[in-house]
Amino acid sequence: MPSKQIRKQSVILTRGARKREEDSGTDVGEGADDWAQSKAAVRPPDQLELTDAELKEEFTRILTANNPHAPQNIVRYSFKERTYKLIGFVNQMAIHFSQVGNLIPKDSDEGRRQHYRDELVAGSQESVKVVTSDTEILEEEEEPKEGEGEGEGEAEGEAEAGSQTDVPAAAETTEKVIEEELMAPVQPKERKLTNQFNFSERASQTFNNPLRDRECQMEPPPRTNFSATANQWEIYDAYVDELEKLEKTKEKEKTKTPVAKKTEKMAMRKLTSMESQSDDITKVTQAAKIVERMVNQNTYDDVAQDFKYYEDAADEYRDQEGTLLPLWKFQNDKAKRLAVTALCWNPKYKDLFAVGHGSYDFMKQSRGMLLLYSMKNPSFPEYMFSSESGIMCLDMHMDHPYLVVVGYYDGNVAIYNLKKPHSQPCFRSTSKSGKHTDPVWQVKWQKDDMDHNLNFFSVSSDGRIVSWTLVKSELVHIDVIKLKDEGSTTEIPEGLQLHTVGCGTAFDFHKEIDYLFLVGTEEGKIYKCSKSYSSQFLDTYDAHNMAVDAVLWNPYHARVFISCSSDWTVKIWDHAIKTPMFIYDLNAAVGDVAWAPYSSTVFAAVTTDGKAHVFDLAVNKYEAICNQPVVAKKKNKITHVQFNPIHPIIIVGDDRGHITCLKLSPNLRKMPKEKKGQEVQKGPAVEIAKLDKLLNLVREVKTKT
Amino acid sequence: MGETEGKKEEADYKRLQTFPLVKHSDMPEEMRMETMELCVTACEKFSNNNESAAKMIKETMDKKFGSCWHVVIGEGFGFEITHEVKNLLYLFFGGTLAVCVWKCS
Repeated sequence: MPSKQIRKQSVILTRGARKREEDSGTDVGEGADDWAQSKAAVRPPDQLELTDAELKEEFTRILTANNPHAPQNIVRYSFKERTYKLIGFVNQMAIHFSQVGNLIPKDSDEGRRQHYRDELVAGSQESVKVVTSDTEILEEEEEPKEGEGEGEGEAEGEAEAGSQTDVPAAAETTEKVIEEELMAPVQPKERKLTNQFNFSERASQTFNNPLRDRECQMEPPPRTNFSATANQWEIYDAYVDELEKLEKTKEKEKTKTPVAKKTEKMAMRKLTSMESQSDDITKVTQAAKIVERMVNQNTYDDVAQDFKYYEDAADEYRDQEGTLLPLWKFQNDKAKRLAVTALCWNPKYKDLFAVGHGSYDFMKQSRGMLLLYSMKNPSFPEYMFSSESGIMCLDMHMDHPYLVVVGYYDGNVAIYNLKKPHSQPCFRSTSKSGKHTDPVWQVKWQKDDMDHNLNFFSVSSDGRIVSWTLVKSELVHIDVIKLKDEGSTTEIPEGLQLHTVGCGTAFDFHKEIDYLFLVGTEEGKIYKCSKSYSSQFLDTYDAHNMAVDAVLWNPYHARVFISCSSDWTVKIWDHAIKTPMFIYDLNAAVGDVAWAPYSSTVFAAVTTDGKAHVFDLAVNKYEAICNQPVVAKKKNKITHVQFNPIHPIIIVGDDRGHITCLKLSPNLRKMPKEKKGQEVQKGPAVEIAKLDKLLNLVREVKTKT
Repeated sequence: MGETEGKKEEADYKRLQTFPLVKHSDMPEEMRMETMELCVTACEKFSNNNESAAKMIKETMDKKFGSCWHVVIGEGFGFEITHEVKNLLYLFFGGTLAVCVWKCS
């Protein structure tokens, strides 16, 4: 039996040893070999020298781990077998020295775990800068093991071995759990590392804030007493009274409805007047306007006197020539540097005229302005409208003098209503509704059509002449004619015909023959057209070498028209004859020409060199009877001229936005001299005869040649 | 003849007097209209149970305009009440009913 025991112990021991070897590290043996190879052995001097035989001799000795003091003869009674039996299983372990360690190696799993935990704690609670020493942590870590050891008390060899194998496994599981916990954001749970050695609880109490009572009392909501008695007769009486009242009011309403309505209306009126009173600006506008005009009348008194009474006495001594006396000058800061592109007198108020501002410079197109000035107030326009595109032309309606039609540089046409305070036109063409694709050069109101709709014509350099009709609140357009340049249809070698479009720049409708109208083009041709033929021209005049700037029928003579062009010439035509009756060369591009309203033989032309020329064919059919620069600076080009319908004045506009009003001297509006005993004939017939006489002279010459 | 006329008048009266007649009120216009409509609906809904009608009016008024409303509905009663200013409505309805609604906390 003992031998058997011994063997068993040895087995256990060897196993334990192996285990320990594994724990401490497997590379020990190899490391020892390396060391032996590299270094020579140091022998002690008294070392025995043995022979090979002696060295090879084997000694078999077994080291046993038996406790010599352990009793080997313990006998216990076995109740199962009812005999005493020897107990072979005796505790052989003797403990000589035991100390609980508090160190763990840094590289071990446990050490790393602790380190990791430490870092986490430090990371999560930076405010608590606990610089715990390694030993302390180690101590803490040892605790569970200690408990284990204590619990087992005198552990047997086997138990010890078991604990050594079991603990890592347990540790692994706990590690996993811990790691999982660490992954979770809840950190404070890890704080259970505290124990009796490193943890003491401390508590303190701050002072409590003293409490204080505060009270206030509100006034109770106001109350009143009410008392009444309700019973059937009172209720009945109340209802009967009410009914009577209702009936009475009904009767009253029936009898007094009209009156009531009137009173209501009065009340409404009062209300509205009250409302308008609050808007003080509108209230004082009228007064302000009057005061403004009074001030202007005072400041421009001398000009007004000149306008009314001054007649140039020097004319008596001149033979034929006349002069132009500058009167008012109109300009506005908002229209600065915008050329005057159109002028038009109001047909009803003879002191009012409209000015269109824009630009003739292709490269410098900007905004436009529509201004209406009155001669009674030269300092500020009566109406102002601004537009995004430059205004190129305008016209005022004969019967509705508050309607102004304008043509824009961008090809649109629009109608402004002076009665409405909007700053925007009340009607406007759009790109959908047939606007021109090029600048609109002239617009003109026409007689109302058969359905009494307002309508006007426009001409543009896109070659179209469009009739616009105002149906209800829409602008309806019809292309009246498309200008085709017949003469210059260029033949391209491939046989394709390229139709060049005639660019219309000006037109005028015949005063008597409704359908007849003239169109001047950029090519210098003038077409006589009819509203009823949209594809053909009645006549073509090779009028000018450059763009026709204006073409106008004579206001008296139905067959005569005038045209002017940038080729420096003004020509007077009989529409039945293809060659001009008179040609005048003015030595500068002629911007505009206008017939005088008072005589069939008088017309004015303005040139870009800043001069105004007034002709009276009856006086001098070869030269102008007045030839006068009318702008302040020579650089300013005059763009337009218009005669006032009744007063002997003209307005000229230049490309800097100034408008000058000039009075014609007596010589320029000379009527046939009165002969004694003979009444001077007046009227259109005389005017026609006068012009005819002149034309006949020319005609005779022409026929002769 | 007189009797029939009287009966006729009576019938007319009953037919006509279905509208609410405000006898006394110091409520603001909007509140008065709302309360009046409420009284009409309640009295029409509980035409033979004044208590239920009063209860309904009181509860609805409590919800709408704050607590402590009191409602009295009856055909004949006398009262002297203390009420918060602008919170009283005393109206007749249907020719026979008197409704008094007031607030007093």
